[in-house]
Amino acid sequence: MVNLGTKIGKLQLKNPVMAASGTFGPEYGELIDVNKLGAYIAKTITLNARIGNPPPRVCDTPSGMLNSIGLENGGLDDFIKNKLPPLKRLKIPLIASIAGDDAGEFKELTRGLSKSQKIEALEINLSCPNVKHGKRDFLIAQDEEATYETIEAVRRSTTLTIIAKLSPNVTDIKKVARAAERAGADALSLINTLVGMAIDIDTKRPVLGNITGGLSGPAIKPIALRMVREAYKSTRIPIVGIGGVMDYKDAVEFILCGASAIQVGTANFINPAASIEIIDGIKDYMAKNNIREIKELTGALKT
Amino acid sequence: MKQLKAKIIGNKRIAPDFYKMRLASAYLAKNSKPGQFVEIECSKGGEIFLRRPLGVHRILNDGIEVLYEVVGPGTKSLSAKTAGEYIDIIGPLGNGFFVQRTAYSAQRTAALVAGGVGVAPLVALAETLVNSSKLIVHSKRRKLYVLIGACKKGHVLCVNDLKKLGAEVVVYTEDGSLGKKGLITQGLTSLLSTINYELSTIYACGPYPMLKAISHIAESSGISCQVSMEERMACGVGVCLGCPVKAKSGGYKMVCKDGPVFDSKEIAW
Repeated sequence: MVNLGTKIGKLQLKNPVMAASGTFGPEYGELIDVNKLGAYIAKTITLNARIGNPPPRVCDTPSGMLNSIGLENGGLDDFIKNKLPPLKRLKIPLIASIAGDDAGEFKELTRGLSKSQKIEALEINLSCPNVKHGKRDFLIAQDEEATYETIEAVRRSTTLTIIAKLSPNVTDIKKVARAAERAGADALSLINTLVGMAIDIDTKRPVLGNITGGLSGPAIKPIALRMVREAYKSTRIPIVGIGGVMDYKDAVEFILCGASAIQVGTANFINPAASIEIIDGIKDYMAKNNIREIKELTGALKT
Repeated sequence: MKQLKAKIIGNKRIAPDFYKMRLASAYLAKNSKPGQFVEIECSKGGEIFLRRPLGVHRILNDGIEVLYEVVGPGTKSLSAKTAGEYIDIIGPLGNGFFVQRTAYSAQRTAALVAGGVGVAPLVALAETLVNSSKLIVHSKRRKLYVLIGACKKGHVLCVNDLKKLGAEVVVYTEDGSLGKKGLITQGLTSLLSTINYELSTIYACGPYPMLKAISHIAESSGISCQVSMEERMACGVGVCLGCPVKAKSGGYKMVCKDGPVFDSKEIAW
């Protein structure tokens, strides 16, 4: 009998498949049974509402896409008042995703969300490449100290499971991963998107209104696999693998590299049923290979 | 909406770079409204990654038609598909045109204004307007007006289909190779000055500058105006927030979920 269950901090998931923040919403409930997912991750919210970036915000690239949404959201109050109530009907764990300009904003968001009975974990988005955070000209996840400070502030404000979402736009992912672990993160999720561009040679302009955007999809999977493996080898906390997961084989690759769970992001846009198909695919793979538990597979890469 | 595999019944080139694809799907036939769109998977994996949003061109008894222009690798790959193949579709998506009962009554009529391939969803709308008001087809005096503007002759599409429906079709091309020379906005202005009964609604689909100009004309003439907008899209269902259009109320609305058809007064042009 195959057991797909996995643990991320205090969070017990019935299977290791989640939909990545910002790539999934209640709208997909019309197409798939959302309650089959391991957990539901809401779109990143900020303390105050954000209008987002000017269009175009998305474009197709070879084996992937660029986006520069810019964390458009209604802010914390709107989330609690309007977005959260329908999510309370979910029968699976709910993970909120937060981003802020400084430790103070992260604290405020954490306190605001920790009061809710339904939210079981927080994914700390330290790595959205499409927004400018206050005076900083780098992402939190590009700096060990900023990462430590932010995660520590969140840790002091909640007992919920904390997942630090890291950026691939760094020289050494191991250092940032360890900083998040030291600061008290229960788990790491990686990777967020890679900063990229697309150019229209007829207009000689960037395709995206924001000039740069975040690259996602199968194009970034090899980088994500390498970084998940590095983070796995340099920390002791569970890793959630993200980056171009399109099918169960991709998911298994991440698990072999050290992931305890995975997130399906861009694939949702191509095939909204991708997550469900991946859950079934992992189950079959485990049955065929006599693997009873996900943790037997986590980090089982032979080198 | 549903995600489904639809069989291609036909994929015909109707003009250089323009194709009409007929898809078999009882579900889409039953549930699609004029102005809605579908997200089509152009190739499995590979170079063409995102789905492409295409407006519903005609709603048939057993399926739908989409009419598209080959503008890039996605539509290029669609154009190579042949009858008998299956393609993966999510739809119908978005809000269609809001067809007011008064739009097309005994005293009033509507004008449909198309720019280039923007005529595609307006054919479905014209069929619905005409079929829901039998009266009009028999009226010698008053007709449904369709104004089609394009850069040149080969880009003026569906004229005969619309004439067969009983519509009065006016054509403008920028180079004068078909119909009158000029922009379709001139056509609308001259229609408004010559028409001798009430124009209740303008329905428009085309490039942004055209929609903006049409919206100004409509507003200054006190005629209600619905525009079908276009933007690059990823999910098509309102999840990714990738297809914004500036709203007058502040912030953005999403073309896929809040549109693609908007009251022109909602848009911050």
